[in-house]
Amino acid sequence: MYLEELSNAFGPSGCEDEVRQFLARTLRDKVDSLQADALGNLIAFKQGTGPEPRLKVMVDAHTDEVGFMITRIEKNGLLGFRAVGGIDDRMLMAKGVLVGPKRLPGVTVAPPIHLTKPEQREQVIKIDQLLIDIGADSDDKAKSLVSIGDYVTFDTRFQLLGSEGLRTAKGKAFDDRAGCAVAALLADEQYPVDLYLSFSAQEEVGLRGARVAAYRIQPDVAFALEGTVCDDTPKDRDVSPTTRLGQGPAITLMDRSFVADRRLVALLTETAEANGIPYQFKQPGVGSTDAGVIHLARAGVPSVAVAVPCRYIHAPVSMLSMNDFDHLVSLMRASLQALPEKWPGTGQR
Amino acid sequence: MKELIKKLTETYGPSGHEEPIREVIRAEVEPLADEIRIDALGNLIAIKKGQGGGKKIMLAAHMDEIGVMISYVDDKGFLRAQPIGGLDLSTMAGGRVQFADGAIGVIAPEKRQEFRKEPELSKLFIDVGAADAQEAKKRLGQAASFVRPFADLGQRIVAKAFDDRIGCAVLIEVLRRLDVTPHEVYFVFSVQEEVGLRGARTGAYGLEPEVGIAVDITASADTPEAPKMAMKLGAGPCIKVMDGGMISHPGVKNLLIETAEANDIPYQLEVLAHGSTDAAAIQLARGGVAAGCVSLACRYYHTPSEMLDMADVENTVALLLATLQKTFEL
Repeated sequence: MYLEELSNAFGPSGCEDEVRQFLARTLRDKVDSLQADALGNLIAFKQGTGPEPRLKVMVDAHTDEVGFMITRIEKNGLLGFRAVGGIDDRMLMAKGVLVGPKRLPGVTVAPPIHLTKPEQREQVIKIDQLLIDIGADSDDKAKSLVSIGDYVTFDTRFQLLGSEGLRTAKGKAFDDRAGCAVAALLADEQYPVDLYLSFSAQEEVGLRGARVAAYRIQPDVAFALEGTVCDDTPKDRDVSPTTRLGQGPAITLMDRSFVADRRLVALLTETAEANGIPYQFKQPGVGSTDAGVIHLARAGVPSVAVAVPCRYIHAPVSMLSMNDFDHLVSLMRASLQALPEKWPGTGQR
Repeated sequence: MKELIKKLTETYGPSGHEEPIREVIRAEVEPLADEIRIDALGNLIAIKKGQGGGKKIMLAAHMDEIGVMISYVDDKGFLRAQPIGGLDLSTMAGGRVQFADGAIGVIAPEKRQEFRKEPELSKLFIDVGAADAQEAKKRLGQAASFVRPFADLGQRIVAKAFDDRIGCAVLIEVLRRLDVTPHEVYFVFSVQEEVGLRGARTGAYGLEPEVGIAVDITASADTPEAPKMAMKLGAGPCIKVMDGGMISHPGVKNLLIETAEANDIPYQLEVLAHGSTDAAAIQLARGGVAAGCVSLACRYYHTPSEMLDMADVENTVALLLATLQKTFEL
């Protein structure tokens, strides 16, 4: 199962090799070409079956996940680290992690409850005061195993919660391995349009990979696939959740990085309705995605983002509904079939 | 020209939802331009071909306006919104919004006292007068602009969205009066300025101009307790020196100053502490563009009642016309 292997893969921003290698292996026989670029993007091209000139469609999903980087090695063999991407310090104590190219298992330190005063337990320990313990008993031992600059991810294995009739999965890095898995599954079918699957690097540190990928691809339209914020747990006030688990793929209308092209929003909603696929709108104004840089590439690219809602993203473990996941695959496949041969509203009049 | 300004300011067009305003402007410029284009993000481009010997000049005025997007509809049919562009919350309670289909909503605070003390968008809701929640639910995800009719005060005029429909009106008027020019002039009515100068950025990439001039509003500092800046109503077009996003190309700035002086057009110099215009995005397109900006001093910008002086409007048209009618080197 793509989602399982992608979720388990080690791939913080700038270190996406394992994810890229899995995708290249998986897609090799399903696409017409595979190209890696200088920033670590993997671009899979699948030629369309329609008459020329064909619409160039970019489908983006980012390969990187939020993680950490080792910044120093202490005398006692413990490792100092910093975040790569946005992680809340409150997530960080006593978590299992994997360190460096050897994938050394480690634990983030935490004082036991026996030794802390009640007021200490009210405080958040900042990341620069935390350390990673890999079980090394000296700095020499730690230095032989780990280098400054080594990457770290949470040590979380994917799990399908399939018993009791549930269709839920838990794992790390669903933001955006869920998008990667959906994009990879799109390669199973033929479409009239030319399809560029862009598995983009370094989204979590500033939408960097997609920016150059879009410049290279020069698409006519673009879709960014995401694993996005879901905060549908009960609240005091009657306000909007960003998305809801199990209510279908979440379409972005506007976030901090872009305003979605209304024609692409209509394509998605009309395709969903015609095919009996549920969908929801992501609450406008929250977050940003690769669409934020793709739509500004060169002379502009009409873009939209659509996502699998994921609870607890940017944390050691997140949760998604496999129904939402499957619906996004169906919605994207049907939408790629439904795209017009020529995108209206561009060129000379 | 007031009729045109009234029509432009009263038309709907929040960022990313510019189709209605684009159609209005397109109807105006289609008979005047040598060629019309709409690009990938929706910028409307009217091209005036030159007689030769001139430059490729991009004039930019943005079509979009600030507004809100409906983010949630509760079970009683009340709407919640997220901002499109920078909103002045203090002006919102008691105001109205308008949707693309013309439907109106009233903006109300949950608790007036609390909102007065701490204006937050999350403490406001929009009431579209829906008899049942189901009817209101269709507004989810729709964008709305603010509503306020154009008012003609004689010398001065008041409306919503002078930012930047007045720039659009100026560009239309310049195109109308520009008989012959040595330059290839692109009149760009850009999208999505209020959310980050996005349309001008891709528009400038596509057009590759040598010179870029934005026409937009700037803060007028002639009201009680206003910040200490030089711009005031009625003192002529403001030739931008610097703002929060751009330092004007000295050649463009000087060209505008010399043209104003040679033609006895009053002008002011503008140094704006914050904010920016499409010129900032144009300047950075591809390998760089010589960019500047002509602004109109505007009171109460980003409120539903912005105020301008008609003499500034006329003089801005005159300054741009005089600039486009001659050849120049920067």
